[in-house]
Amino acid sequence: MHRGDLVLDEDLVKREDLIRGGLGYHDITEKVCKMAETPFLETHKGWLVGFALAASTLTMFVLAIGYLIWEGIGIWGNTSPTFWAWDIVNFVFWVGIGHAGTLISAILFLFRQKWRTSINRYAEAMTIFAVICALIFPGIHVGRIWVVYFFFPIPNQMDMWPNFRSPLLWDLFAVGTYFTVSLLFWYVGLVPDLATLRDRVKNKAAKLLYGLFSLGWRGSMRHWVHYERAYLLLAALSTPLVLSVHSVVSFDFATAQLPGWHTTIFPPYFVAGAIFSGFAMVQTLMLPARLWLGLKDIVTIKHIENMNKIILVTGSMVGYAYGIEFFMAWYSGNEYESFTFINRAFGPYAWAYWTMVTCNVITPQLFWFKKLRTSITVSFILSIFVNIGMWFERFVIIVTSLNRDFLPSSWHYFTPRIWEPIFLIGSFGLFFTFFLLFVRYLPVIAMAEIKGVIANGDDHHA
Amino acid sequence: MAQIFPKWTNKVPKIALLSLVCVTTGIVFVFWYWFSPYNLEVGYQPIQPVPYSHKIHAGNLGMDCRYCHTGVEKSAVAGVPPTQTCMNCHSLIKPNSVKLAPVRDSFKTDLPIPWIRVHKVPDYAYFDHSAHIAASIGCVSCHGRIDQMTEVRLEKPLSMGWCLDCHRNPEPHLRPLDKVTDMEWVPDENWKAVAKAKAKTLHPPVESCSGCHR
Repeated sequence: MHRGDLVLDEDLVKREDLIRGGLGYHDITEKVCKMAETPFLETHKGWLVGFALAASTLTMFVLAIGYLIWEGIGIWGNTSPTFWAWDIVNFVFWVGIGHAGTLISAILFLFRQKWRTSINRYAEAMTIFAVICALIFPGIHVGRIWVVYFFFPIPNQMDMWPNFRSPLLWDLFAVGTYFTVSLLFWYVGLVPDLATLRDRVKNKAAKLLYGLFSLGWRGSMRHWVHYERAYLLLAALSTPLVLSVHSVVSFDFATAQLPGWHTTIFPPYFVAGAIFSGFAMVQTLMLPARLWLGLKDIVTIKHIENMNKIILVTGSMVGYAYGIEFFMAWYSGNEYESFTFINRAFGPYAWAYWTMVTCNVITPQLFWFKKLRTSITVSFILSIFVNIGMWFERFVIIVTSLNRDFLPSSWHYFTPRIWEPIFLIGSFGLFFTFFLLFVRYLPVIAMAEIKGVIANGDDHHA
Repeated sequence: MAQIFPKWTNKVPKIALLSLVCVTTGIVFVFWYWFSPYNLEVGYQPIQPVPYSHKIHAGNLGMDCRYCHTGVEKSAVAGVPPTQTCMNCHSLIKPNSVKLAPVRDSFKTDLPIPWIRVHKVPDYAYFDHSAHIAASIGCVSCHGRIDQMTEVRLEKPLSMGWCLDCHRNPEPHLRPLDKVTDMEWVPDENWKAVAKAKAKTLHPPVESCSGCHR
């Protein structure tokens, strides 16, 4: 067993080292930069296969979007009364995933959780790519994409102005802000590491590109002072966003009058779900990566266990929210609300509901057992379950509420067509293409930050 | 270690940021100003199959608009008159005019004259002439001084913003119902008070999309 996978006994006096194997400053730089410095022709075969697969899926996605714009959203199964289906399910799914990155980078930073340094770069990259995937869906579901500028307050001869009372507009601004701040945060954190790469690479073009994006970083004391301050400010700016963005996403539903959407529990329930799904996705991506990239000393079993604990906490919150929704449906005495929830659990979409409950309520409870939450295999499998469950949660919320509305004569069982899975899989293609490029060409671990938390930081000899 | 970039590149971010702001504002301005119907539509004056002059008929002869545009008070469209309406007079007046040859042909063959429409509103905008006449909006408000035009020319942009200008503040365009087709009528002080009161009773769609886009 690799020393990074070993579960150590809790030492109450002295905390265990975050980084194992006695790695020094130079070892970390070498380990992290290895992938980016591999010459193009010596690229690892596994990466090439993965990239080919992801890029082909992305191509399929782009073609599918082209066809959608050409033909219209009628190619999907969305029809009365279910006008929102997989398009919005995918949107909420991806935005939710994006939340882990900001939580790790901002909130854990403000709480001085040093273990975040091993995973923050990776999680932030995931956030950015997930939010890109998310933004595509509302963009393409509007049907007439050429008038998408209606979203923005631009002076025009139609006197057309966005409706600031609409939660859909708040949503656009919330997710847009979130993307901008996350990107800035990620990029600011990257600057010192990009400078390291700039100084190390031999290739002229690579030197130029890394040089361009490292903004002339020299690592002087003055640079560090400004950098630390900027990082702290960005962390403070992003912290409220972790809570606000998914709250606003939940308003898309909560401000409607549809039973099953119109509940005050929605904002916290959505935020907990988002963090839950985000951490699951970090696990799904991190567990294979630490193996393939040889990062077991940097991302140790301690990190994995910590993330599993967060999954356990947020998963329990989500389970509680499911329960309280049922309670409120009964307690409100509103027959429509009660019907919607009974219909969710025992109606035509019961299969989706119980998939959701199994994946989101039961699986995270297994993490109460230390043996399970410190097992790499179990963590990986359960993280996949959570991903599936959280997709189904959005499906259950959106489709079960819509397909049986107030008027029984308009009830209609929603069935997706062939195009819906193509769009969902296609968005994964986009996500993984970006991700593989990130893994290949950028430092996946925040080297500069890691060096601040290693135990033997004293053997500094540069 | 040698520098990768020469010193002048220090200015690049500032210049890039400034250009970004200028280019974005510029693009919005170009679309807002040059691509608007004020610039692209106003002045449209196609050559009609018959050189019919509104100046002679409505101006000099003083014919009422409704003699030809019969639908204006009752229906959504004002209507282009059939050839028979022309022939009411022109079977006796200037019966041999060369300019009127297409009208006589149309009358004989029973095929309509292919008039070219000047005032167009998109299909997705629901415009009703009768509602506007009933609200006492004069023809001149949207069509300009037709009685002075030899050939009809588009005077107003007919853009959504232009519609909304009046929908938000219809008062200056109101007039007594019997003056609706009068091109030369000007309000007096007395009328202004009446118009103010009348404007309060009208509720043209302003912010509700489905008022005009049904």
